[in-house]
Amino acid sequence: MFALTVPELDEAVILPSTLSTVDTVEEKVTEYAQKAGFDEDTASQIAMVSREAAANAVLHGNKKDPNKRVKARFTLTPDSLLIQIADEGTGFNPADVPDPLSPEGLLRPSGRGIFLMRAIMDEVNFRELSPGTEITLVKHRNRE
Amino acid sequence: MSMHVKLRHVGGVTVLDLSGRITLGEGSIGLRDAIRDALAAGSKKILLNVADVNYIDSAGLGELVGAYTSVKNAGGDLKLMNLSKKVKDLLVITKLLTIFDVKENEHDAIAAFA
Repeated sequence: MFALTVPELDEAVILPSTLSTVDTVEEKVTEYAQKAGFDEDTASQIAMVSREAAANAVLHGNKKDPNKRVKARFTLTPDSLLIQIADEGTGFNPADVPDPLSPEGLLRPSGRGIFLMRAIMDEVNFRELSPGTEITLVKHRNRE
Repeated sequence: MSMHVKLRHVGGVTVLDLSGRITLGEGSIGLRDAIRDALAAGSKKILLNVADVNYIDSAGLGELVGAYTSVKNAGGDLKLMNLSKKVKDLLVITKLLTIFDVKENEHDAIAAFA
């Protein structure tokens, strides 16, 4: 999944299954997106969808289980910013998430997180772990 | 980090001036409480001023949808005004701009409730 180039920055952290993790990921991604040279609006959008990935890991993956951890990795290569978030949950099939743009989906209060990730990032990839799910978000640099 | 709500009454319309972040956790719960309180107080015309909302995530979008549904179900009308580019872009991406009645400013919004 990672580009075969030497990263400029690469950092991995292990975080608790609490909502503080969502804020930590947002702060870290904002820092990396700024270093990557994205404009303020794009950096904000990347940070926002990274929050979504972290929130999914904490709430839906690990279900706030204090014995489970969220692993986050932030990598800046010459080409891209990559954000990986992994939980230790029972896994899920992203294809099962209903379309939030369907007439019935529009008025649903939840279910827009993955859609927003796909709308804002250049690549969104899911990988099944045992146990858990890993999501990789990629935004290419200099392709505004 | 959290969201603040100020309530005003203008020409029979309850205006909720929101500021800060409408996000997972306190921010989204704050909006839900404000809508519930306004409906409980008998307000049927509710205008959300999001001029000072600088950040919103999918949970926040969900709360806006929830607010819309709650007000509609109570026989009322909810409108939004003063969307920043950032918030408007998000509503465009998610097609929620087709659901909400969005006005450019308070004058137009209040007039549209009549």
